Amino acid sequence: MFWTNTKRVIRSGFINFWRNGFVSLASVMVMTVTLFVVGSLFFNNVLLDASLSELRDKVDVNVYFNTDASEEEVLSLKDQLESFPEVSNVEYISREQALENFKERHKDDILTLQALEELSENPLSAVLNVKTKEPSQYESIANFLSDKKASGEDGGAAIDEVNYLQNKTAIDRLTNIIESSKVSNFAKTAILVIISIVVVFNTVRLSIYISREEISVMRLVGASNRYIRGPFVIVGVLYGVIAGIISIIIFYPLTYWFGPLFYPLPLFLTDSVGKLTLFEYYINNFGEIFLIVVGSGVVLGAISSWLAVRRYLKI
Amino acid sequence: MIYFDNVSKIYDDNSIALQDVSFSIEPNEFVSIVGHSGAGKTTLIKMMLAEQRPTAGQVFFESVDVHNLRRQEILDIRRRIGTIFQDFRLLPHLTAFENIAFAMEAAGRSDEDIEADVPHVLDLVDLGDKMWNFPHELSGGEKQRIAIARAIVNQPDIIIADEPTGNLDPINTYEIIQILKKINDLGTTVILTTHNKGVIDSLKRRVMTIEKGKIIRDDKEGKYML
Repeated sequence: MFWTNTKRVIRSGFINFWRNGFVSLASVMVMTVTLFVVGSLFFNNVLLDASLSELRDKVDVNVYFNTDASEEEVLSLKDQLESFPEVSNVEYISREQALENFKERHKDDILTLQALEELSENPLSAVLNVKTKEPSQYESIANFLSDKKASGEDGGAAIDEVNYLQNKTAIDRLTNIIESSKVSNFAKTAILVIISIVVVFNTVRLSIYISREEISVMRLVGASNRYIRGPFVIVGVLYGVIAGIISIIIFYPLTYWFGPLFYPLPLFLTDSVGKLTLFEYYINNFGEIFLIVVGSGVVLGAISSWLAVRRYLKI
Repeated sequence: MIYFDNVSKIYDDNSIALQDVSFSIEPNEFVSIVGHSGAGKTTLIKMMLAEQRPTAGQVFFESVDVHNLRRQEILDIRRRIGTIFQDFRLLPHLTAFENIAFAMEAAGRSDEDIEADVPHVLDLVDLGDKMWNFPHELSGGEKQRIAIARAIVNQPDIIIADEPTGNLDPINTYEIIQILKKINDLGTTVILTTHNKGVIDSLKRRVMTIEKGKIIRDDKEGKYML
C-alpha cells in the first residue's frame, strides 16, 4: 500500500504541475530569480574570499639578518617560527639567493649591476619572510622577533631588522578591510536569503491558495492529510528542480562572458594547479554549485508547500 | 443509522444555526430536508460529515459519536458517506475518470479495482463516453452525474446530496433525482436537501422541514410546505 500510495502521490504531483501550467510557469520563474540570487551570492562569496586571500597573501613580515649571521642561526630561527600555530609559512632567502634575485630584478639596469660588481663581497643579507594565518597575528610574531633581537639570546643577535612597524599601518588597514567586508558580506547574504525565502514561500502559498477548494473536496472524499499534501510537496520540489536547473544554465554563459569583468584581474582563484577564471571555477565545482542551487530550490519548494497546505487541512 | 441528540449550533457571532434538534434516520431511508436559505440545512449536513462541531448535543453515526473521534476515524466515516453538492466540487484538473479514481485512491483501493469500477460507475450515470473529458468540457447536468458517480463508487452506506439540483434545468433535475432514487432502491440511504417543490412533491418520501434552526415538521410521506 505504501508503494502504491507513493506512486500515486508522485504521479498526481506531476499531473498537477503539468495541468496547472500557467501557475507552474509563474512559480518557476519567481523561484528561478530566487535561486539565481542564491547562486550569485555563492559566486560573490567565492570572489570575495579569493580577493581577500590574494590581498592577505601580499602581506608578510620580513626579518633581515646581519650579513655575518650564519646559516644555522637563520635556520634555527626559521624552525622556531614554524613551530608557532599562527604561522602559516616561513620562506628562507639565503644571501646568495637574495643576490640572484637582485641581479634578476635589475638585469636591465647595467649601472646598478656594475656597482654591485665593484663590491668585493655580497652586500645583501639573508631574509626570512614570515606569513601568518590571520593578518591580526602579525603583531605578536613581530613582538616575539623584536624581543629576541633586544635580548640578543638564542640567535637573536643575528637579527638586523624586523620591518613590521613600517608595514603596521598597511597591515592594520587591511585587517580592518577584511573584517568589515566579511561582516557586510554576511549581512548582505543573510538579507538576500531571507527575502528570497519570503518571496518563494508566498508564491507557493498563492499557488496553493488557488487550490484550496480542491483541498476541501479531497478532504470530503476521505483522503488522508498525507495523501492530500503529498502531491503539493511534489509540485514544490518540481518548481525547485526546474528553477534550479534553469539558473544553473544561466550561470554558464554569465560566468564565461562576465566573469573577467567582475574584477580587474581575470585570474585570481587558485587551486592546487594554479590560477583559475570564474568560468573554470564554475566548471570545476559544478557538482557543488549544482547541489547548492538545486538543493536549496528543492528544500525551499518542499517546505513552502508543506507549510502552505497545512492551513487548509484542518478537519 | 444517523441519530441527532438535542444538537444545537451557535456560531461565534451568537447567531443560532440549530436549536435542540433531535431526529434519527434509518438505513435505506430517503429523507429530504427542506427549509429556507439560512434555516440550518447546511449546518446539519456539515455536522453529519464532522466538518463542524455542535455547540451542544451529540451526533451519532451508527453507535459512535462522530465528534468524539480521532482524525483517522473521521476519514473512515467520510469514506462511508458519499457527498454531492450544488456546485459539483469536481477537481478541475482531473478528467471524469480521474475524479472518480481519486475517491477510490483516497480510500486505498487497488489499481485493478479502479480500472474495473470507474467505467462501470460511469456507465451507471450514462457518461461512459465522457470518461476522458475535463469538468470544464461538460454541462452542468453531466458534471453532477460525475459527482454522483464519484459519491457512489466506494459503495457508501449513505449519500448526502446538498441541493444537488440547484444549478440544473428541469430535465437534468429530473434525471439526477431519478439516479438518486435508483441508488436508494439499491439499498443506500439518501439524504437530500432541496428548495425544489416539484422534486419533493413527486418523491413521496419522508420530508423534514427546518425553520430558524428547528425541525418544525417531519412527515413520512411529506410535501413541500413552507
